[in-house]
Amino acid sequence: MTTQTTQEPEQPALTGGGGGVRAERLFSRWTLATGLLVLAILALILITTTNEAWPVLRAGGFRFITERTWDPNPQTGDAVFGALSFMYGTAVSSLIALLIAVPISVGIALFLTELAPRRLGAPAVTIIDLLASVPSVVFGLWGVLVVAPALVHVYRWLNDVLGGIPLLGDVFGVPVGTGRSFMTAGVILAIMITPIITSISREVLSTVPQANKDAAYAVGATHWEMITGAVFPHSFAGLIGAVMLGLGRAMGETIAVALVIGGATAITPNIFAGGNTMAAIIVQQFGESTGLFTAALIGLGVVLFAMTIVVNLAARVVVNRAELRMRGAAG
Amino acid sequence: MNRKLLSRLLLVGVALAMLAGCGGGNGGTSGNNNQSGGSDLSNLSGELKASGASFPDAYYQEVVSAFKEKAPNANVTYNAVGSGTGKKEFGQGLTDFAGSDSLVKDSDGVAAGSFLYVPTVAAPITVSYNLSGVDKLQLSADTVAKIFQTDIKKWNDPAIAADNPGVTLPDKDITVAHRSDGSGTTNNFTRFLKAAAPSSWKLGSGDTVAWPSGTQGGEKNTGVAQIIQQSDGGIGYVDLSDATESKLAFASIKNKDGQFVQPTLEAAAAALEGAEFADDLTYNPLNAAGAASYPITSPTYLLIKSRYDDPTKATLVKAFVRYVLTDGQALAKEVNFAALPSSLQQKALAQLDKVQS
Repeated sequence: MTTQTTQEPEQPALTGGGGGVRAERLFSRWTLATGLLVLAILALILITTTNEAWPVLRAGGFRFITERTWDPNPQTGDAVFGALSFMYGTAVSSLIALLIAVPISVGIALFLTELAPRRLGAPAVTIIDLLASVPSVVFGLWGVLVVAPALVHVYRWLNDVLGGIPLLGDVFGVPVGTGRSFMTAGVILAIMITPIITSISREVLSTVPQANKDAAYAVGATHWEMITGAVFPHSFAGLIGAVMLGLGRAMGETIAVALVIGGATAITPNIFAGGNTMAAIIVQQFGESTGLFTAALIGLGVVLFAMTIVVNLAARVVVNRAELRMRGAAG
Repeated sequence: MNRKLLSRLLLVGVALAMLAGCGGGNGGTSGNNNQSGGSDLSNLSGELKASGASFPDAYYQEVVSAFKEKAPNANVTYNAVGSGTGKKEFGQGLTDFAGSDSLVKDSDGVAAGSFLYVPTVAAPITVSYNLSGVDKLQLSADTVAKIFQTDIKKWNDPAIAADNPGVTLPDKDITVAHRSDGSGTTNNFTRFLKAAAPSSWKLGSGDTVAWPSGTQGGEKNTGVAQIIQQSDGGIGYVDLSDATESKLAFASIKNKDGQFVQPTLEAAAAALEGAEFADDLTYNPLNAAGAASYPITSPTYLLIKSRYDDPTKATLVKAFVRYVLTDGQALAKEVNFAALPSSLQQKALAQLDKVQS
């Protein structure tokens, strides 16, 4: 193949004879193989982890995800392993992270694509990407030493102001003294996922055709009307994709969360109380675990995996429905 | 197009080959020494790898560097990965000996009869606290149990007041700090509560227990110390070495004889005197008898193989452990560990004679 092409250098590859066709076939096989490889790796991970976790899944069954107690060494009886508290912690901390990070990220992305002058845009992008390259353990240590103690005062103030109101008072409850809580974990996660959501959103927003925008301006739209009328409908699916990538990182983040979330096994509406997530408890307890305990921790990994898949499928449904509606509105 | 693709593939191939080359750089670690009986350490050479409990890590690092001065050609490394992992790695033959705060269970992956326990040092586990205005605190085992179970939520609780006559306790919330990772320290602390406060303590004992939801978990002893430092009203269990390092205040704990005792090395040594030893040299200094004993004193062991296939390895292990039990004992005090009483020290040395090669 190599010799053939070097013998006929003047012939463009596109119109070339067998060489081009063979390369084409090779290319399609290679891409097919790599595509299948991803699926195979995913399937193998799922199979082996489920297999490792089987003892605890068999013993507990559905109770593994409906039980909130996690007690490897109870006073009496057998060990109890329930993932519910940690599923709750993963969901709450990720949700807080998204609530903070999505408006900020999309805001930055819109500013960079629609409003910012060129010479401001490039440095801003570099700085945001730099944030993405900070190791998560650094975020965690910063969270534990600086952010958590500082935020306690904010939490106390919020608790003073909102604590008396029904429902809101439960959510903004009495903060723990160290500040290590769902909220602190959410804040740290938000900072960690902002770069990825921002940079993908920016790519997505920059694909909106200039003609669409010009059309909106032509009928007298303001910046904001142009964005809601022309930019969002065109890029909605991509933005959801960006958010999902951020959510995936938030749900799977391990060491930073383990450091700042407080390490308590708890289901409480109070976002200023300590809790724990699935990824964090795995890294905390895996080293010293044996037998069924190890199986239970791997079981948490399987549950986390399943949760990620469910969330992504749900996102797909949302995108499909919303795209139809928004296209209709825009049209 | 064709050539571009090929050259890219080639590049990937070269990169992979280079990566593979990097992985293979780990040379053999053959031990080679003159058959000295351990008396002349300078003739020793070779490499020993060990891992295990983090609780005695400060002491082992001290001994390892002192040993290195005596035996410059012998390399000993101790990796504080935790008792459980240490036992696992030892069982798999990845290490030459292991450190452990807890006894070997069936599920730990170390075959029964394939190893010997060698007690090395002991140390008190402090109940450290951070409470502005209170610099002296006394706690009975029942009160400690109730605090860590969050049955007692405020510092001015009558139960705490009853242990501390004459002390003004503030109306502050208690923040309980515990280990988030599995730990021999947690194991010994909860075993103490189980033994000394059987009617109050309901969480059982083990490397990990189900702490109540209002508590805070920290990574390793230093993580727990940090939580205590950060919260006015904090309390937690930390080994003496790390608690001293973090400048925490310690509570006096009521022992079996009804005395409130501070966590000191002397009190830990007194607990060792009061403890009973099994034939395999395992012992339990928790809640030991004696008026001067500190009741939360934790033992720690080295696990060595009863048979090393490589005789040079056996010689090196014996020499190092002998050093730990003799000259090394003098170093214990500097890093806040209690040396073994001489009766136990002799028994521990006798374990080394059982090692075959």
